Amino acid sequence: MAHLTRRTADLLKPFSVALSSMRLLTTTSTTPITVETSLPFTGHKIDPPSRSVETTPQELMTFFRDMALMRRMEIAADSLYKAKLIRGFCHLYDGQEAVAVGMEAAITKKDCIITAYRDHCIFLGRGGTLLECFSELMGRKDGCSKGKGGSMHFYKKDSGFYGGHGIVGAQIPLGCGLAFAQKYSKDENVTFALYGDGAANQGQLFEALNMAALWDLPAILVCENNHYGMGTAEWRAAKSPAYYKRGDYVPGLKVDGMDVFAVKQACKFSKEHALKNGPIILEMDTYRYHGHSMSDPGSTYRTRDEISGVRQERDPIERIRKLVLSHDLATEKELKDIEKEVRKNVDEAIAQAKESPMPEPSELFTNVYVKGYGVEVRLLSYIYFIVRYSVCFDFFLLLSAKVTEDALYLNLLTCDRYMLFSSPVSGVVNICSFSCMPCLTVSMMDQGFC
Amino acid sequence: MDRDPRVCVFGEDVGHYGGSYKVTKGLAEKYGDLRVLDTPIAENSFTGMGVGAAMTGLRPVIEGMNMGFLLLAFNQISDNCGMLHYTSGGQFTIPTVIRGPGGVGRQLGAEHSQRLESYFQSIPGIQLVACSTVYNAKGLMKAAIRSENPVVLFEHVLLYNLKERIPDEEYVLSLEEAEMVRPGEHITILTYSRMRYHVMQAAKTLVNKGYDPEVIDIRSLKPFDLYTIGNSVKKTHRVLIVEECMRTGGIGASLTAAINENFHDYLDAPIVCLSSQDVPTPYAGTLEEWTVVQPPQIVAAVENLCQ
Repeated sequence: MAHLTRRTADLLKPFSVALSSMRLLTTTSTTPITVETSLPFTGHKIDPPSRSVETTPQELMTFFRDMALMRRMEIAADSLYKAKLIRGFCHLYDGQEAVAVGMEAAITKKDCIITAYRDHCIFLGRGGTLLECFSELMGRKDGCSKGKGGSMHFYKKDSGFYGGHGIVGAQIPLGCGLAFAQKYSKDENVTFALYGDGAANQGQLFEALNMAALWDLPAILVCENNHYGMGTAEWRAAKSPAYYKRGDYVPGLKVDGMDVFAVKQACKFSKEHALKNGPIILEMDTYRYHGHSMSDPGSTYRTRDEISGVRQERDPIERIRKLVLSHDLATEKELKDIEKEVRKNVDEAIAQAKESPMPEPSELFTNVYVKGYGVEVRLLSYIYFIVRYSVCFDFFLLLSAKVTEDALYLNLLTCDRYMLFSSPVSGVVNICSFSCMPCLTVSMMDQGFC
Repeated sequence: MDRDPRVCVFGEDVGHYGGSYKVTKGLAEKYGDLRVLDTPIAENSFTGMGVGAAMTGLRPVIEGMNMGFLLLAFNQISDNCGMLHYTSGGQFTIPTVIRGPGGVGRQLGAEHSQRLESYFQSIPGIQLVACSTVYNAKGLMKAAIRSENPVVLFEHVLLYNLKERIPDEEYVLSLEEAEMVRPGEHITILTYSRMRYHVMQAAKTLVNKGYDPEVIDIRSLKPFDLYTIGNSVKKTHRVLIVEECMRTGGIGASLTAAINENFHDYLDAPIVCLSSQDVPTPYAGTLEEWTVVQPPQIVAAVENLCQ
């Protein structure tokens, strides 16, 4: 009997392997699955798109993985902040991942995205790497902005991510400018300008919206309504918190921002609309689990029950998990493995980012102006000289100078302070330090130098 | 605009109206409504739009109908225009030109007689240039448009009617160079924009009285052309700054500090700075005249310094 069961067990083994390998095949398959969004869309002066969204197993797994990565990254950033490796402001996006992932799924890298300061996950969605992200957060030179921007200034020009802006609402006119440039060059792309429910009361939003509508710019204004502008609930800040209607003459769509398929459908729909008819407003009904920033516990203006309630009912990653499991695309264990892998990637990236050095001191002065500004006067020759700094400073400056008849542009190669000095060595050289000049203009008092 | 299809103009009434001071006259007919864009009255937003367009590679010339209105766009000018090149680690360049008429006009009232150079001078990342003659207006404008950096070009309300012969061939001036208007030996007078004309008027009187002033139009308000200025100080050992912006925190104040820091050993007398009074510009003609530096005051200051 035992012999028989063993044989059947052996017989069954290849079968189960075959079954599981069949399932693995389906995670990369592109056979369409139709999914219904959790809620219907509500339109303002427009017919909303249908609730049925086409997706594929491959896309589902990508969504899961991407959102898990974003979630893990934000939680890791939380720990790094508490460990004082990230300083200043750190605004976390966990809970809102569906907006970033859904939007990316509907557009290309030629379309532009611009957002405010809650930008880490959108940067990742646009193709930014974890290393660039963590390095920038920790102010290291491998960061996407060379460590000079920080949490609120992530940019990725080559994939159309225009940041990363600290002043509430200021990115909206910029976004309309991007759309203007797209219309100017007639390249059939659109711009998504993201802002929050707090920024929805900014005057410049309505100014920019007016211009976008006036000139039919391909701008899509996306209000990520997480219902709290820092500590102020939306009903305490806005007479009309129906942000998708606030555009008045501009059509709007209200979207469940915790449902990645609703976001994807809405973004696809608005891209088509914007290219034909001009601007549209999308209101993403979403939620952030963390406070406004790391200095905000997030519980003084809302109850913990509310936060855990949303986490239970509407969490975007859980929704995908349920879908994956119900379509039998992967087992619980496989999903957990993906999460473990993601966690490993994040930890590795953090370790690598910690190794990354701080920016060079000379970086303080680079990128203030674009080098070679102005009209270069006649170039005569290169002169290298070493000037010994007298008085109270005892460091050597190795200066390479491009000498022209009218001005000397110096690049200080090794120097950690820029100071005014006069040298007792032949030729009095005064280095005039202008605040924020990458090259220092030296006026030659006497023409001789050593 | 002919040379580079990326150059476009944003501003109120720049298109069909031709510009409130006719600077953009005829351009809309030639280049169309999208390239010469008539904006609604929303300075903050259309400046922001200009910066956003510049981030993608366009080269907008943004006009403030009066410089004073650009105060509404201060956030966009300082944070986005000035700082984006730095905060993005060099990824984005913002080749905008922000221009407009400023300065004290003929009884335009306090809010329309503002001099913004003093407010903008601390913003890192932008260049400030003031044009004063027909020749340098053209050259500096061309240079500003071609520059990869954001440039704020200060024009003056009262200087739009000047007529001058300028070369037919193309010329571009350097944005960081000062202009030697009148070489001299006794005293260096540094000035810019409309005050150049007051200084030249005073110079005539001074020459008659036997003085030999060296007049330099600094043109570049940020950064200062300390090379030209320094050479002049080395020669004359006395400096008088004549400017139209306010005394407190003005261009003259920064210039005084810069000259003192760098050329202190060459000065025989303290630097004197003649600026407008720290008051809102009054409407009454006589009062308005007294807020601004007038030629007799310049003459008196020179005589005092050269004792």
